[in-house]
Amino acid sequence: MHLTQEEESVLEGDSGPTLKKAMEILTTLGDIYGADSLIPVKSAQIAGVSYKTIGDAGLEWISDLEGTVVVPSILNPAGMDLERWQEMGVDAKFASKQASIIEAYRRLGVRCECTCTPYYIDKELAAFGDHLAWSESSAISYANSVIGARTNREGGPSALSAALIGKTANYGYHLDENRIPTIGFEVDCKLKGADYGALGCLAGAQAGSGVPMFRLRSKPYDTELKALGAAMAASGAVALYHVEGVTPKSGHQEFPDETIIIERRQIDDVFDEGCGKECGNEPDLVALGCPHYSASELEEAARLLEDHTPAKEVWICTSRRVRDANPGLVRRIEDSGAKVFVDTCMVVSPATDRFGCVLTDSGKAFKYVPNLCGVGARIAHINECLAGEDSD
Amino acid sequence: MHTLTNAWQERIAIRTLKGRPISRGQAEGEALVTNQSISFLGSIDPDTGVVVEKGHELEGKDVTGKVLVFPSGKGSTVGSYVMYQLKKNGTAPAAVINRSAEPIVAVGAIISDIPMVDSTEPDAIDTIRTGDRVRVDGTRGAVDIL
Repeated sequence: MHLTQEEESVLEGDSGPTLKKAMEILTTLGDIYGADSLIPVKSAQIAGVSYKTIGDAGLEWISDLEGTVVVPSILNPAGMDLERWQEMGVDAKFASKQASIIEAYRRLGVRCECTCTPYYIDKELAAFGDHLAWSESSAISYANSVIGARTNREGGPSALSAALIGKTANYGYHLDENRIPTIGFEVDCKLKGADYGALGCLAGAQAGSGVPMFRLRSKPYDTELKALGAAMAASGAVALYHVEGVTPKSGHQEFPDETIIIERRQIDDVFDEGCGKECGNEPDLVALGCPHYSASELEEAARLLEDHTPAKEVWICTSRRVRDANPGLVRRIEDSGAKVFVDTCMVVSPATDRFGCVLTDSGKAFKYVPNLCGVGARIAHINECLAGEDSD
Repeated sequence: MHTLTNAWQERIAIRTLKGRPISRGQAEGEALVTNQSISFLGSIDPDTGVVVEKGHELEGKDVTGKVLVFPSGKGSTVGSYVMYQLKKNGTAPAAVINRSAEPIVAVGAIISDIPMVDSTEPDAIDTIRTGDRVRVDGTRGAVDIL
């Protein structure tokens, strides 16, 4: 890999031990994947935030670093709402460890906004053609596919290294040749809402780490594309996909010869599937907002919750920024008894673990909750998730 | 008999394996070799350095101070941080040799100052035996069997 004189000097330790390590991480990953050089990144999105996932090991590492990030950098969701954690049922010990992790990132100059939808809170973080170092799988998929930016699936330490150096190694999805569709999916019915998450569950499992291209009969909203990509990153390792006539083109894009047909019946089967663990429980928590809800999704939830109290405990997860920009919607939702939590989600919070089964409109949560929380999960459309007592 | 002698002679003759530098630094220790991948999260107890993964070839073995030779990493990316915790607890391997490095173990070795080499010629897993005394130079990408 070719390094500039300045990069070499950082690698030799001339800029201190933290930057030396950061540069070692970037150049080693570059060597492993055959990168030719380092390229500047516009922003970093750093995973490894929830104490539930990184534990004391991660906290120690982040706390030991010294320096300041040089590009706008924000965090993945934490294990709790940083203010309303008690309401979620998170214990004080966890809360204190979580606060230490956030503080350690803050010390490095990271913006401590914890979200998997950074593109809703700051348009400057990613635009078409920008190179990024993001690490949350659904955010990566959205950035690559819907925005047309370019990022690999960075791990927590490599995203933080990129934030400190301002660069990442030039390989993988940064290069045109790796953004060409490899597998086609033709969907033979119209889709709406949670159907896209269900489609993502099916397509991701078949696509693996390939680049799917979809031919759809309906034109998805951006929120539906978000759900599709998130589910494919959970059921497979999809970091980039295309939708014919919808997503922005970057380079050569022909519908692949290898094409799989998906029928209505298969989508319906995902809704009937249950958690796969045969948890035997009726859903006792409704958790929406995986990935974090946009303002338009909050609005739909508020409309569906008008004039009734939902039958179950309801959490709606979003970013602090989107919540604060929409106080009227949040009030309407919370007047129904549902809760709007920020900074966190049902997948990375330990608070989910005390429930028996989670009902969600998200294909991603449906795939992850059983494994990461040991809790059953079902997927349903949002109107079913938010139905009242007497509507069964 | 003839073939066996040749293989034995070949093994004795090979003192240095040439590989690719992954994590800088030099270390020496007793080799612990496995043909199975290792996930640092959940498979190794960070307090003791003992492999606790049920059914793993190395189950019950202590990696502390060893030159750990295995094909590749697997599992959660949190494994990188677990290597760091092993290092801080004094239970880390002295060095790591992989057949093919992947990001979890590579990043873990770098942040933990554990010398690491991969892609050696000849292959480390075929050449090094558990108990061999081995010196790893992660800066040059060389492994010496002492």
